[in-house]
Amino acid sequence: MTFVRTLLSPRGAVFLLLVILLVAITILNPNFADPGQLMRFVQRVAPIAIVAIGQYFVIIAGEFDLSQGSLITAQVIIAGNLVGQDDSRTVPVLMLMMVFGAMIGLVNGLITTLLKVPSFIVTLGMMLALLGGVMWWTGGAATGNPADSFRQIGRGGIRDLPFIDFLPWSVLVLAAWLALGIWLTKRPYGKVLIALGDNARAARYAGARDWWVSTRAFIISSLSATVTAVLLVGYAGVHPSVGRGYEFIAITAVVLGGVVLGGGRGWIVAAVAGAFVLEALFLLLNIAGVPSTMRDAVQGVIIIAAVAYSGIAFRSRRRGAAPHASPDQGKEPDASPDGAEGQSSAPPALVSEGIPETRGD
Amino acid sequence: MRRSMKIATATVALVGLIALGGCTTDPEVTPPAETEEPAPPTTENEWFDQALFDKQDAERDVVPEGPADQPWLQHINAEMVDTSEYASAGPKKACFANASISNPWRQTGWITMNQQLLALQEAGAISEMETRDAQDTDDTQIADIDYFISEGNCDVFIISPNSTAAMTPAVERACDTGKPVIVFDRGVNTDCPVTFIHPIGGFAWGIDTAEFLIDRLEPGDKVVALRILPGVDVLEHRWAAAEKLFAEAGIEAVFHFTGADPAEIKNIINDELARGDVHGIWMDAGDGAVAAIEAFEDAGLDYPVITGEDEMSFLRKWDATGLDGLGPVYSNFQWRTPLLAIQKIFAGEEVPKEWVLPQVPIEAGELGAYLEANDGMPDGHYAKFGGEDLPGYPEVWQQRQIP
Repeated sequence: MTFVRTLLSPRGAVFLLLVILLVAITILNPNFADPGQLMRFVQRVAPIAIVAIGQYFVIIAGEFDLSQGSLITAQVIIAGNLVGQDDSRTVPVLMLMMVFGAMIGLVNGLITTLLKVPSFIVTLGMMLALLGGVMWWTGGAATGNPADSFRQIGRGGIRDLPFIDFLPWSVLVLAAWLALGIWLTKRPYGKVLIALGDNARAARYAGARDWWVSTRAFIISSLSATVTAVLLVGYAGVHPSVGRGYEFIAITAVVLGGVVLGGGRGWIVAAVAGAFVLEALFLLLNIAGVPSTMRDAVQGVIIIAAVAYSGIAFRSRRRGAAPHASPDQGKEPDASPDGAEGQSSAPPALVSEGIPETRGD
Repeated sequence: MRRSMKIATATVALVGLIALGGCTTDPEVTPPAETEEPAPPTTENEWFDQALFDKQDAERDVVPEGPADQPWLQHINAEMVDTSEYASAGPKKACFANASISNPWRQTGWITMNQQLLALQEAGAISEMETRDAQDTDDTQIADIDYFISEGNCDVFIISPNSTAAMTPAVERACDTGKPVIVFDRGVNTDCPVTFIHPIGGFAWGIDTAEFLIDRLEPGDKVVALRILPGVDVLEHRWAAAEKLFAEAGIEAVFHFTGADPAEIKNIINDELARGDVHGIWMDAGDGAVAAIEAFEDAGLDYPVITGEDEMSFLRKWDATGLDGLGPVYSNFQWRTPLLAIQKIFAGEEVPKEWVLPQVPIEAGELGAYLEANDGMPDGHYAKFGGEDLPGYPEVWQQRQIP
């Protein structure tokens, strides 16, 4: 009963939807159940899931990062132009990309927090600035793909494994990045971030250094975009259109995962599941032979329906949940935003960043 | 809180729609495309025009008139018009209303055009060229043209229309000034311009590519068509012709819109390969062909027969893999012709009313020569850009200095 309720809850709905989509894909194309195909599917989702992880940290803090897509494009072009055909440059350029990514995140974060410019505007400006910079630098066309050693990260993997046959590197990268993300959300930093998104004033009164907490979220987001760029250089190659629209896909994935826009509520794993749902949806439409011209419309309707469902489920749950509050309410990030369970967000709000984590949740 | 939930929901819905709509919608998309159904093999594609198909089919075999080493001055089946009424000495000011430079093909042409401008400025034919870029928007381009008419102080108008129907009245207004008007690339529904410059066209592309694939495949084989976006006539014509020929030859052809995004292309090919064998790839533009080819490599399969474009990334991959391919061409050198036409018009020389430029695909035998000639050019460069004799060659194209 609890299990069913969890699945139907906004937090669980994304997993339910994912299962339904995967089953539908398998019915339409039995080849998909083959472990090798599944691995290729995960490989394909990895870039989107990683930007979604980055976007999760920003959204949970109550901000947006619209510059992710452009940053991916910029990083892809940097990789293409700087690595060239020289294998020995792979590692230095990777380092450079990480530094560049962190710098963009730092700028986004500092302008948002210190100059009090809404992050929507800051990152929108950054998106245009990066895009314009890329166009100016490249004249709209890539010079060419970088050396194969660089591309192996997104394209290659461990071959001839028993059972799964092929384990792409990008699957391992995704697993590592997700583990890192989960670990961060369990750390005091993650708690403060959620507190900040839920009630920035309370978090400030509690002593959180909000400017640095938010800024780090932007840096995480930009670093995620950078990792995605490294994977995409391998998977797709260098092209000025790589990364286009990823910020919206990431936001959509995060929201499909039940993370509340405006911050303070959401689970990182569900955000990643949201990315899987989106990509599974695209795949299903492909396999089902939905006419190309109709695909955008179908996608849009399904996404609206999914989010509307989570909104309705939210409300009905709140009505139903009041009399018998569940014992694990403290762990429910999507617990009722007001009313009986409202205090779930209060404890994190009181925790300042420096105090060691001793609370039960 | 309940209200903010609603706002959040609405925001997400909007964001989602923008995100997903943004992938393939484009200002160039005209209303007919929205209602287009992917035609089953037997039904007619609404973009298909038998008369135009036959005309372009015939033009493919015509030997063009004009200097053989300057294809940008050649013309096919031209009806020449007298321009002595415009004859006038001295350098002229050209005003160019450009649809956009939003893709590598237009960027390459734009670079070539500017180098041609330098040459003509040196020759004293053109004093300056004022350019307005409409950024793929009809409204902007109409405003641009009207600005040129009223305040541009122009001696001649060059218009590369963003879309056919919407731009027709503005082009007519430009004609009404009595100054020469030159239209190139996409057309308009009026014959008031002095000359309309374009390569043979999309149907010829579709015929060249479909015949190549049909020649190498068996009936029942599957071709995956990768199309950038719907609704642009030059692209729709390519597919309309190819689709018809595939259907007649019994080739199973499915199409997808890619937005020229290589990640999307790779996903599409992977999905198609998961469903079954793919024997041929047909592309409505070469941009992204490399990703399609790599999808076969990653799956450990033999290369398909593929038609791309004269874009360098495709030509290089074609050469490196030795696959069976064809490089159809939508002659990029046409960007030179409008400026050269200005020189002719003010000299009072006759020009073709409809200036059909040659459009010859690159075949396997010529591949090496084109690669050599374009050595050092970026991937987004087009082999038949036709600027080898212009100032700044090859550095300007290699550096891709977009003015």
